[in-house]
Amino acid sequence: MATKYDWPAVEDRSLIGKRHDRVDGPEKARGDAKYSYDRNLSGMLFARLVTSPVPHGRIIGIDTSRAEKVKGYKGHVNILNPGDEIQWAGKEVLAIAADTEEHARDAAHAVAVNIEKLDHWVKEEDVKKAGEANRVKPAKDDAKGPDLAAAWEGAEVTHEGYYGLGVITHCCLEPHGQVVDWTGDDIKVYASTQAVARIPADLAKGLSRDESIGRVEAGQVEVITPYMGGGFGSKFNIDTWGIACAQLSKKTGKPVKLMLDRNEEVTVAGSRPSDYGNVKVGAKKDGTIVAYESETWSTGGIAGRGSPPLPYIFDNDEKLAQKIRHLNVSTNIGPARAWRAPNHPQAAVLTMCPLEDLAAKLDMDPVEFFKKNADLTARPEVYRYEIDKCAEMIDWKNKWRKRGDSGSGPVKRGLGMSLHTWGGRPHDSTCEVRIEPDGGVSVSMASQDLGVGTYTTLSVVAAETLGLDIPDIRINIGNSKLPISGASGGSTTVGGTTASTRRATVNALEELKGVVAESLGVEAGDLMAKDHKIFAKSDSSKSLSWADACKKLGNRTITGQGKQPDRDGGKLNDSGVGGVQMADVSVDTETGIVTINKIAAVQDVGLVVCLKQSESQVYGALIQGVAWALYEESIYDQTSGKMLNADMEFYKLSGAGDIGELEVHMVQNKYDDRGVIGIGEPPAISPGAAISNAVANAIGVRVPTLPLTPDRILAALADA
Amino acid sequence: MRNFEYLAPTQVKAAAQALSEHEGVTAVLAGGTDLLSLMKQRVANPQRVVGLRGIRELHGIAKQGGGMRIGAMATIQDLLDSKAAGAYTALMQAAKGITSPQIRAMGTVVGDLLQRPRCWYYRNGHGLLAMHEGKSMVPNGENRYHAILGNKGPAYFVSASSFAPALIALGAQVTVADAEGERQMPVKDLFRIPGAEGERENTLKPNEIVIEILVPSVSGWKTATYEVRQRRLLDWPLATASVACRMSGNNVRDARVVMGHVAPIPWRSSEAETALKSKGLSDGNAEAAGKAAVAAATPLSGNKAKVQLAGVAVKRAVMLAGGRSVV
Repeated sequence: MATKYDWPAVEDRSLIGKRHDRVDGPEKARGDAKYSYDRNLSGMLFARLVTSPVPHGRIIGIDTSRAEKVKGYKGHVNILNPGDEIQWAGKEVLAIAADTEEHARDAAHAVAVNIEKLDHWVKEEDVKKAGEANRVKPAKDDAKGPDLAAAWEGAEVTHEGYYGLGVITHCCLEPHGQVVDWTGDDIKVYASTQAVARIPADLAKGLSRDESIGRVEAGQVEVITPYMGGGFGSKFNIDTWGIACAQLSKKTGKPVKLMLDRNEEVTVAGSRPSDYGNVKVGAKKDGTIVAYESETWSTGGIAGRGSPPLPYIFDNDEKLAQKIRHLNVSTNIGPARAWRAPNHPQAAVLTMCPLEDLAAKLDMDPVEFFKKNADLTARPEVYRYEIDKCAEMIDWKNKWRKRGDSGSGPVKRGLGMSLHTWGGRPHDSTCEVRIEPDGGVSVSMASQDLGVGTYTTLSVVAAETLGLDIPDIRINIGNSKLPISGASGGSTTVGGTTASTRRATVNALEELKGVVAESLGVEAGDLMAKDHKIFAKSDSSKSLSWADACKKLGNRTITGQGKQPDRDGGKLNDSGVGGVQMADVSVDTETGIVTINKIAAVQDVGLVVCLKQSESQVYGALIQGVAWALYEESIYDQTSGKMLNADMEFYKLSGAGDIGELEVHMVQNKYDDRGVIGIGEPPAISPGAAISNAVANAIGVRVPTLPLTPDRILAALADA
Repeated sequence: MRNFEYLAPTQVKAAAQALSEHEGVTAVLAGGTDLLSLMKQRVANPQRVVGLRGIRELHGIAKQGGGMRIGAMATIQDLLDSKAAGAYTALMQAAKGITSPQIRAMGTVVGDLLQRPRCWYYRNGHGLLAMHEGKSMVPNGENRYHAILGNKGPAYFVSASSFAPALIALGAQVTVADAEGERQMPVKDLFRIPGAEGERENTLKPNEIVIEILVPSVSGWKTATYEVRQRRLLDWPLATASVACRMSGNNVRDARVVMGHVAPIPWRSSEAETALKSKGLSDGNAEAAGKAAVAAATPLSGNKAKVQLAGVAVKRAVMLAGGRSVV
């Protein structure tokens, strides 16, 4: 049923769905935007962590006597204590504060931690060896769909292969950390976080375990994060370093800054689980997929992780026989944290790669093969449309050749594709919109902008609703004292925050219309806000400029509230999207080096709020995708148990010269009536599978594991 | 980084006098692109750092006696901008492989020769030989980037220099100064494979400074460098090769073939040189030179691919020297 909150019809939209520059762009480009790392408060101390060099052990003793004599030392707090067990190298043991960062480093270096070494294990790809080390546990055994034995019997073409991808790390440009300023009862936290509203309770709970501090209430804590430099799912909690930073601030009576350094960031502040496994797929001669069977394993650190959703997307329970077995390998590496679309990128590799191998065996064009099987997915029409659109963008028809048919010469060219899905159910959100007598409008909530466009999308929604322009709206986010809004994870932010903003703005406007109606002598229901005016639809001569309308408020400020969810608040958002990506690569078969020529991406997210910000999210995901498809890998050494490439030198990301041409198409005006759906995760899922499939198409053989490094490509070619 | 004393002399002699004769006590600073990160990681902990920036005579690149002089403070960008360097194709191709504007602007050509190995065991504080309980962690560890030649042990790291293979192929010399005076030696003699922990990978004494590189004329020579590099973003090559061929008509009279990133030192391949001698720079001869260059390679547990990559680097460097396109 239609409500006053519904998104305007396409012909009535002046801002929604159009391209807008990000409103926080200029201050970021000028360097005026202050990130947590940029906060330098008067009298501030610097803290460093002391971490374990040992991957598994028990703390026997911690000696800080030398550290306490280091020039500038101001205090320390233990994070672990004698008797505590350590489960990965780089685990935080203690935090130490000094007057300068250099002194803090010197002091940290002077701490002696005595650790009894225990047996460690950091490798998981060789699951047999991991099993012998007693590190493997069953995690999932599941069978669905028609009878599997009968399905294999009926399969006319089958394919079986080994696939996988290693552990990678989030590598946030702004590392984890914060500045804490504890004055009297007030605790101000400048945190690099994806969860502004959640941190106060998290910190208060952590601090309450410190008996010397006593009870701390969440209400004492104010989190201030106007800007933050990347989280990708790794920055939801205050973490040990945040609690220690607050303890140090309390203890010293000074503001304290504790930001992780690059080595710490890469080692302990988040990793994406690996996945390896044997996959068997079968189809009828006409290409209809009938069976999927997998035995996979992975590691997410000492505690393991869940199973990836296999088979991915092509998972119709009535038509497809499925059997899944997953094993967990427990390793002494930095623990897993959510990484853009948790478990989906891995599932895409373990599904789309064997399926494209099956298509090759069937002698079918993958475009036809995947379209034919779209009925096995939850949204066949979306995928069929997107496959066609994406194929057109990458010129599949002219450029695609059968596997191995890539001509003479050492450089081979190939195309590959992958499909993905994501939920993106909007999070809860409360918004307050104010309209001031001077015409000013502000939108406030304790949300955050991870660098992805929250400032811009909220401005678009409020300005559209009020008939104003984007610069007319002041956005107050990044402060936990504002009305509560959810954490930014799982592509939930844009759906949640635009809905609460829309409702709050409509409510505020209603009130203003009431005042204007009285003044113009018309019905409030007859009024419309557009082009900086409020006027009667029935008689446009009855009109006030926005400024004059607001002046009628006298000295009163209007406050509009809006919530997500809101049962009576219209259909503003949804969950569940589809996307398709295709890659065009060249592979030098003498060196194994892959060059990306082009990646095309088509993405559905329901109603697009700001086209440019949505596209940018996809571009970012593709750039990140090239990195984990070709370069990225956390490399652990079994003897020392250390991550050897915890730096930006050998932990390789993609640069501007490495990504080729990227073309993004956002599906618009097709599924708009579903409302707004998140964009953060979906485009980050397919790049690895699409690029791997393109490489297989180019060189005629499957390179089983990602990243697709030269040594792996040469080994696959040598084995062929 | 530990505290240190910083000296900024204006004369080479004063700089040399400020250096200790004992290993690790003092360090020479040019561009600092390597030394500073070693100090931050506490892999290098000098008590005194002697900066060369204030010594005017060490700056610049110029023609000298038919050849070229590269001062110790000349940056990679200076080399790329230098008219004198234009004829040295092998050197210029190596410079272009360093794709970071920051490293080009700060890093020096001499500093590139003297940078410490990039071995991740070394950089993680396990020592140059990565010894653990009496044996190196490398041969059965994470050795995808390690040596395939000159790797009988105990050293398995690779020489990281971008310019050393080209300079050796070009027959360049370095001038080394200490407090007493100067001496010259071939660039090749700067490098050695350490035999025990505590030994360095270069032959300089702790109180010596490389003040310049002297590159002879390349008139009559065809030279080229090919680097196998995964990314266009700044990245260490997986294997490189520089070749210099003195031609007699269409045939090679003298050949020098030097590989980088394959051994603890820049690795000159007499096998590849023999394969080219008295022959033309055809694709087939290039291929044969590449094969010969790695025929004696002894890969470790995880770096077999480097054998092929080094061979391809030699092949493609020869093809480039012959004016052919490589792919």
